[in-house]
Amino acid sequence: MRMTPVSRSSHRRAGFDTVFHGLLLLCSLLVLAMLGGLILLMATGGWQAFTKFGLSFFTTASWNPVKDVYGVLAPLLGTLVSTLIAMLIAVPMAFGTAFWLTYIASGRFSSIVGTTIQLLAAVPSIIFGMWGFQTIVPFIARDVQPFLNHHFRHTPIVGSLLSGPPVGTGLVTSGIILAVMIAPFITAVMVDVFSAVPPMLRESAYGLGATRWEMMRKIVVPWSRNGMIGAIVLGMGRALGETMAVTFIIGNVTTVGWSLFAPRSTVASLIALQFPESPEGSLRLSSLMALGFILMLLSCVSLILARCLRGKRQ
Amino acid sequence: MTAPVISSASAGKEGSTGSEPGQWRPSRKAMRRQLLDYVATGVSIAAGSILLLVLASILWTLLSRGLVGLSWATLTHKMGPPGSGGGLANAIVGSVLQTGLALLMAAPVGLMCGIYLSEYGRKGNHFASAVRFVADMLMSAPSILIGLFIYQLFVVPFGHFSGFAGAVALAVLALPLIVRTTEDMLRLVPTAMREAGAALGAARWRVILFLCLRSARKGVTTGILLALARMGGETAPLLFTSLGNQTMSTDMTRPMASLPIAIYQYAGASYEDWVQLAWTGALLVTFGVLIINITVRLSSRH
Repeated sequence: MRMTPVSRSSHRRAGFDTVFHGLLLLCSLLVLAMLGGLILLMATGGWQAFTKFGLSFFTTASWNPVKDVYGVLAPLLGTLVSTLIAMLIAVPMAFGTAFWLTYIASGRFSSIVGTTIQLLAAVPSIIFGMWGFQTIVPFIARDVQPFLNHHFRHTPIVGSLLSGPPVGTGLVTSGIILAVMIAPFITAVMVDVFSAVPPMLRESAYGLGATRWEMMRKIVVPWSRNGMIGAIVLGMGRALGETMAVTFIIGNVTTVGWSLFAPRSTVASLIALQFPESPEGSLRLSSLMALGFILMLLSCVSLILARCLRGKRQ
Repeated sequence: MTAPVISSASAGKEGSTGSEPGQWRPSRKAMRRQLLDYVATGVSIAAGSILLLVLASILWTLLSRGLVGLSWATLTHKMGPPGSGGGLANAIVGSVLQTGLALLMAAPVGLMCGIYLSEYGRKGNHFASAVRFVADMLMSAPSILIGLFIYQLFVVPFGHFSGFAGAVALAVLALPLIVRTTEDMLRLVPTAMREAGAALGAARWRVILFLCLRSARKGVTTGILLALARMGGETAPLLFTSLGNQTMSTDMTRPMASLPIAIYQYAGASYEDWVQLAWTGALLVTFGVLIINITVRLSSRH
């Protein structure tokens, strides 16, 4: 029959399609393998430290290369507290900005401002570190901490949070820098979420006489709660792993204490600073790898959390 | 008569607008609601303004500190000991080489993976949703950990730091970005286009490459350029992979200088001219990154 030539060419075509499909599959597998390799290498690298110190790895506050004793409590607390401070500042800021951009500012103006704020998210993190060191650190050291100390030194709990010499580096400073770094990102997601609220709902609220803020609080916020929390958690993941900016302004001292203004360290900054001094195969390197593994876990958990919360609505 | 209507004020914005205009006065509750609205509006505008101010402050700091040191010599001389009039030439060359190589590695793989996700990985494909999830995870993975990973993979076995390892680290960083934008852009291509191609007898790979990818070309390029901008400013993954280098080197198998690493090393130095170089480098990197971003955003708007 006359089918033969057609079927031969379609045969070859199908063959090429299979090759193409295989190639695509290979690239996708590569992406999978990358994350797998990353987690696996961290886990095997940190194994020595995990087995050597056991549970005390998480409760020891000292990081002492001289005695070869390492504990993750100090950097872990540093990471968690600085991220918490960052979230406390960034979330209201991002929420307010998103509210402004979506419902208050006029269309053209809001798109210009929105783009400008997005540019802030594109600034490399090391620049934030230098800028923070140049502007925020002196501001905290000269103005904020002395002022607070003067007025609240003898207040029971607050006093101990403020103690320490006014050097300007520390958890609060890092929190501020992290906040301005992640706020544009959270804002962008929130703007998307807010714009997805059906106009009908908003108009009904206005029709019933609600003010703009009441419409926001009673219609938009409940409607987009999951998306907002997803955005916040994603921003949190970024703050947890930030390295360069924090290294400039955290002070890099591995201690644990109440003061929010004393120099501390975070997981990422400790890895960045100590890694070059840690010889291959040493317990110190293994402890750093273990720290990396913990950081990776934190980042994964926050992403999964964000996924679950965002997935519900869409 | 109007008083009870006004005080209940649950529906009216400014109380009742009764027939007697002379009797009208806002109830206390209505005023409080109005005030709260003003306060919320004010606070929101203030929050947005703070972010704008931060950007302005960063740009101002960079310009005022960095512009002084920006000269022809800075761009053409290589790094040197303090006081010798060194520049950033080798760091600039290193940055360009490493990000370029990284892009050459990340773009094809990222494109292929993005194509797979959008064309073969629609609903019900568990492998595809796993890849999608992993790409998201890589995207949010702390960049310093990517540096550690590549260190174990490419520096330890070879016994020395290399520009190649730095490029691979940057590629890992850029890959998930390219994957996700490619997928999103291909998804915007209407199914009718694919059906039309198939109806004309084109093979699936032809349809994908010459119809879908071509019509999504603009968005895909945007994604790749944004990934380039992201790589250009990254420091953390390069710390343990390409290490930095004081001399001019274009050998990918040796330690290689890069702008972010040079900034990192010089910013904390106690020599005046090194700190100056750090600021100039910061100015170069930031404006490079911002210019890419602005061009991409402006061109994608039209």
